[in-house]
Amino acid sequence: MPEVVLATQGLTRHFGGLAAVSGVSLEAHMGQLHAVIGPNGAGKSTLINMLSGDLPPTSGRVAINGCDVTGLAAHQISRMGVGRSYQKTNVFLAFTAFENCRLAAQSRRKTSMQFFRPAVNLTEVNRSAEEALAAAGLDGRAGSVASALSHGEQRQLEIAMTLATRPKLLLLDEPLAGMGAEESASMVALLKKLVETHAILLVEHDMDAVFELADRLTVMVDGQVLASGAPAAIRANAEVQEAYLGESHE
Amino acid sequence: MTSRANAILLAVAVLGLAATPFFAEKFYVQFFAKLLIMGIFAMSLDLLLGYTGLVSFGHAAFYGASAYTLAILTPQYQAANFWTSFPIAIAVSATLALVIGFFVVRTHGIYFIMVTLAFAQMLFFLFHDTKIAGGNDGIYIDVRPVAKIGDWQPFNLDNFVHVFYLVLVFFVIVYVLLRVILASPFGRVLVGIKANEARMRSLGFPTFRYKLVAFVIAGAIAGVAGYLSSIQFGVVNPEMMGWHLSGAVMMMVILGGMGTLTGPIIGAAVWMLLELGLQGLPKVGSVDLGKHWQLWMGSFIVLASLLLPNGLLGLGASLLRRIGKQRGKPDA
Amino acid sequence: MEFSTFLIQLLNGVQYGLLLFLVSSGLTLVFGIMGIINIAHGSFYMVGAYLAWSLTGAIGNFWLALPAGIVISVLIGMLLEWLVIRWLYHRDHLYQVLLTYGLILVVEELRSVLWGDDVRGVDIPKILSASIPLTENQSYPVYRLWISAVCLLVAGLMYWVIQKTRLGMMIRAGASNREMVQSLGINIQVVYRVVFAAGLTLAALAGMIAAPVSAVFPGMGNHVLIVCFVVVVIGGMGSVKGALIASLLIGLVDTFGKVVTLAIGGFKVLPELSSMTVYVLMAAILLWRPEGLFGKRL
Repeated sequence: MPEVVLATQGLTRHFGGLAAVSGVSLEAHMGQLHAVIGPNGAGKSTLINMLSGDLPPTSGRVAINGCDVTGLAAHQISRMGVGRSYQKTNVFLAFTAFENCRLAAQSRRKTSMQFFRPAVNLTEVNRSAEEALAAAGLDGRAGSVASALSHGEQRQLEIAMTLATRPKLLLLDEPLAGMGAEESASMVALLKKLVETHAILLVEHDMDAVFELADRLTVMVDGQVLASGAPAAIRANAEVQEAYLGESHE
Repeated sequence: MTSRANAILLAVAVLGLAATPFFAEKFYVQFFAKLLIMGIFAMSLDLLLGYTGLVSFGHAAFYGASAYTLAILTPQYQAANFWTSFPIAIAVSATLALVIGFFVVRTHGIYFIMVTLAFAQMLFFLFHDTKIAGGNDGIYIDVRPVAKIGDWQPFNLDNFVHVFYLVLVFFVIVYVLLRVILASPFGRVLVGIKANEARMRSLGFPTFRYKLVAFVIAGAIAGVAGYLSSIQFGVVNPEMMGWHLSGAVMMMVILGGMGTLTGPIIGAAVWMLLELGLQGLPKVGSVDLGKHWQLWMGSFIVLASLLLPNGLLGLGASLLRRIGKQRGKPDA
Repeated sequence: MEFSTFLIQLLNGVQYGLLLFLVSSGLTLVFGIMGIINIAHGSFYMVGAYLAWSLTGAIGNFWLALPAGIVISVLIGMLLEWLVIRWLYHRDHLYQVLLTYGLILVVEELRSVLWGDDVRGVDIPKILSASIPLTENQSYPVYRLWISAVCLLVAGLMYWVIQKTRLGMMIRAGASNREMVQSLGINIQVVYRVVFAAGLTLAALAGMIAAPVSAVFPGMGNHVLIVCFVVVVIGGMGSVKGALIASLLIGLVDTFGKVVTLAIGGFKVLPELSSMTVYVLMAAILLWRPEGLFGKRL
């Protein structure tokens, strides 16, 4: 059995009286891609926000590498080897692609409370940034300002920044959103490569991509887990068919 | 304008300024010293406003704090020691910034603006309403600090030319220091926080800490400006902590163009020339235009904040672009 | 402390708190509905006081000066919204702060031109000039009770507007969102002008009714503005309920803070130092709930 990188138990989040996520328990393993699917409003983004520390859970526990990280702040969780990407592209638009990744890589230093040494001279950080750009297929665009990149390239940059923080666990929130067929294909290829060296939790709407990539699938409806298992089993699950797959697969 | 072009421009300006005491009258030398002091003050605020995205409306608190420190350290009819009073005054400003920052930096947006102003006004009222250091009249520093090392006195603060050069040296140090800090790993984090704080957190940066340190650095540099101001004018009063000064320095930063470091210096110069010009307006009939200069200044601020979102540097840059475009056009 | 002294201080604290509420509710409403931070708000408290003084002088009757002052304040508010504020709706808070800071200078200087720089006083109107005796040598002025009553009346009126009208519906929805409001079929331009004028008039009204008990002097709005900021930070920006509770809290803390420091200290410096208590309160709230008691978590 591959190493368990992420494990949650009964993760729950209420907004006022409304339960956006309730009682979600799941795991992510090294070298495997665990996809979370479900209709809009199923609580997938809330789930990721709790895993990354952007949102504290109302109850339940999150463990990374066996350590309880429930309630830790986003920056602390990031430093435990968790990298996340956002549904809406969330890069520093005014910076170059390289500087986006350089800053991300700089976060892995013990501290950035260094005041007198030029940041561009941190060779280790520069190398990390270059590697991350290359891994995400952006090595040709290092000098371009992020706002000048195409939508697909910005999505790649989003992943590259995450990689530059050298995470073990990747939390990817709809990396294929808004992409054309060609861009999607290259992103799928990238994810296939990344899963070899990472544990990935993927939230995605593109069912073809999900079934191509996932080693394990969790279906969420109304904040709860409807079914969880191997892709083939999920595809055959009548309940899932009815609740979700049937409608979205016209 | 690139930052290199800025730096070259600034170097020329500094050299030009360094020559002024050789031909200019006392009034102008002192005016330039005051201008440079305001330049230091404005640069310190730019670190927060333009580079970290912290809109502090209480920056005068740290300017005034070091000035009051000198006033309190100066014994009556005697001189304080420059070499001890200067570091102590800066340390007081920095410590105050640390304490106030600890509370205010956890707030965002509009709250930050209000809370910085509220804490600064708290200090203003503390000195204004109580008998500490002369109450609302302020206090004179009768004898300027002495900068003796043993028997040797490298400069004399009673001499306005010496004060001018001291200010000029500090101005250059502060400018270079800020440029170095901004290029450092720390400085890059600040710029990232201004662009998108939440993203910086999810990248693993404990942003509170970085913002707080920026707040302290800016407070300490504001303290340098406050100290220099108090030795130049020999008087310290609550107005040095008041919101009129906080507002004025904010206006200097915006006017010149925030996030450029050079812009705020230009803004400070324009602001002070404007102040001088408006105060010198003549009487027209029974109306004394100069006496009510704040009316014109206020109207100017209203117009400038509507019309100059990127400051004078931004205006200059877009004018240059427009001219460039027209030149580039083929004659049709 | 004797009961009568306690009662007087309690009434003073409540009256100060309610007056603060009048000013700060205007600030918080304008922010909550329009997303505008108006730091010149305190200046209109001063304008109100000067209006009370000059109009009472001109008309010779406080009761006629009051409605005249309200009408003038509304007009000033609408004019200002039309002239400058409406350009600020899509701008960063930074520019709103700067522009309204410029307004402070303009208003303060116009005050100097129109009314001079002297400290003025307004007589308490005859009907309310009496005092209610509490003990042999202690009494409470009726006018201060009347101030509290007016503030409560305005608070009640605001409650009615917020709970029962369409405008109130938007306020409750926290609608600084133009599309949503427009989808309700409301002309947003008119609403904003009315709300800005109303907010400004609340500050001016507070200045008018406070004029007979506090002196009328240049810069009198500055301190009030800062305390209003403290109120809004504690209560939560945009929350009228928060403003009411925080205002009363600060009124009481400030009043009793002075009494307690006087009782235990006796130092000459301390009574002034006691005005720091409200800032200490604000600092504590910032640690506990940086978004205020009734603010939305950011």
